[in-house]
Amino acid sequence: MLVIDGLTCRFGSKAAVSDVNLEIGQGAFIGVIGRSGAGKSTLLRMVNRLQDSSAGRILFEGSDVTALKGRELRLWRARAAMIFQQFNLVGRLDVLTNVLMGRLSTMAGWRAMSKSWSQEDKAVALSALEQFDIANLAAQRADSLSGGQQQRVAIARALVQEPRLILADEPIASLDPRNTKVVMDALLRINKHFGITVMCNLHSLELARTYCDRLVGMAGGKVVFDGAPSALTPAVARDLYGLEAGEVMDLEAPVAAGGHAPAALPATAAPPR
Amino acid sequence: MSATVPTLPPAQAEALAASYDAATATRRLRGLAVAVVVAGLMLFAGWFAEVRPAAFANIANFSDYLAKTIPSISAQTPRADIVAWYWDLKTWSRLLGETLLMAYLGTLLGAIGGFALCFLASANLVRNPVLRFAVRRYLEFCRTVPDVVFALIFVFAFGLGPVPGVLALAIHTTGALGKLFAEVVENIDMKPVEGLTATGATWMQRVRFGVLPQVLSNFASYGLLRFEINVRGAGVLGFVGAGGIGQEFLTAIRNFYYTDVSAILLMIIATVITIDLVTERIRHRLLSLDQRP
Ligand SMILES: Nc1ncnc2c1ncn2[C@@H]1O[C@H](COP(=O)(O)OP(=O)(O)O)[C@@H](O)[C@H]1O
Ligand SMILES: [Mg+2]
Repeated sequence: MLVIDGLTCRFGSKAAVSDVNLEIGQGAFIGVIGRSGAGKSTLLRMVNRLQDSSAGRILFEGSDVTALKGRELRLWRARAAMIFQQFNLVGRLDVLTNVLMGRLSTMAGWRAMSKSWSQEDKAVALSALEQFDIANLAAQRADSLSGGQQQRVAIARALVQEPRLILADEPIASLDPRNTKVVMDALLRINKHFGITVMCNLHSLELARTYCDRLVGMAGGKVVFDGAPSALTPAVARDLYGLEAGEVMDLEAPVAAGGHAPAALPATAAPPR
Repeated sequence: MSATVPTLPPAQAEALAASYDAATATRRLRGLAVAVVVAGLMLFAGWFAEVRPAAFANIANFSDYLAKTIPSISAQTPRADIVAWYWDLKTWSRLLGETLLMAYLGTLLGAIGGFALCFLASANLVRNPVLRFAVRRYLEFCRTVPDVVFALIFVFAFGLGPVPGVLALAIHTTGALGKLFAEVVENIDMKPVEGLTATGATWMQRVRFGVLPQVLSNFASYGLLRFEINVRGAGVLGFVGAGGIGQEFLTAIRNFYYTDVSAILLMIIATVITIDLVTERIRHRLLSLDQRP
């Protein structure tokens, strides 16, 4: 069980996240939604401790994560695996080495520095890749892979950390629709199969509805919605995204809305890598 | 007008352009100010150091000297004349070889020092400003003191020979490469490093796997460039008795052995050019390796 208690993060005088309280049971699939700048990334990064909080606490199974230091902190980070929008792989290392990075916190120092991976670690990493049908790419440089493949490598890296929790920060925002499905399905499988809690920042309401069993809506650093996807009414969505009601209807059911022409630019345009 | 971009109402377009100009005005002004200061400093430096064009009136002395160093090689016995010109080829070759080895060792030791320190001097890897400050100032000290000065001090401490030369080059190189390496490290993409941090990797592991793969080819390239520079530098160190060809060269100049001067100088120039060509080729190969997607 992950308890977030009065968590706040200030950059200068501006609060990116302010007084967030959440209780998340083991095995949940949580979608964090809200417009950009709402504080979603900052919230996830604080849980992994990539970002220090200004106030409040994070408790995991009763122990205070915000107070961890040194080795304890690194072990916590391995337990709370992070997945990034831009994958954050080491492009110049091969795929298998990238996955093995997920084992660093548990292996002897000399092994890592000399790249003498144990047979066991290698086998674990390869089988993690194989789950996503990319074990054949193990020897390729990570930056030669497509976006969808890179994100699968990143998920494999997260998995070999043997995490209790996966924090995915807009994992599909750089991917095309087909890879979006592949990556979201992978997260869902991990969630159902291993009972790993998933906290996933998403832009698309439709995806959030399809995959998550609980949604947390953020606006201006605060949690403004917390409940089942079915409870997210158009009115709430309008508040979250600050849109007109008509546009929200479009977001939810583009076909049914009819007549209302979509914006001139394609909404799925992925940012260039 | 473009078909894919709507035309703005003139008032709005003007307002946008004006706010853009206002936003960039300070930047342009700053650029102009820098240019003025640079030009002013150049004039001042020339005036202060008495770099006067009048000094070039003595250019005749220079060409006279050069003329004297040209050996007489007759068409009848060119071989014998050249052999006579390079009468001490064996000693000079040995000393030139010593110079190269000094440069090699000095560069290698300095590169190791710079490599060890550069990560500690990088703002994106070291949060502790005190440590970073200390390392940066140390590197600064190493490279601002000219290697000849270090060599002179070491000659007094350890006596004549190549050891003081190697040490002097190594210290200067540590400072120069440490700074360049740190600059390379500060320009890396931090996303892979963040990815490693999130897995629970230690600082050393982050450097080993997140930073090193991104910087290694650049480090090698800068190391080779430094080697080129050190080959030239090592030639001069002999002037203060710190080993290599320099001592012999200085003796030739002092004693007005004109043709020896030209013989040695040509050997040095040929060596430096050869090394520059070779390392340049390797460096370009390294950097093009880098451009790979
Ligand atoms: N490192 C930082 N320094 C200063 N401000 C930041 C930093 N990171 C995020 N912010 C600010 O915090 C707010 C929330 O950002 P973020 O968590 O990235 O939002 P989201 O992921 O929901 O788009 C934004 O206004 C952003 O500008
Ligand atoms: Mg974000």
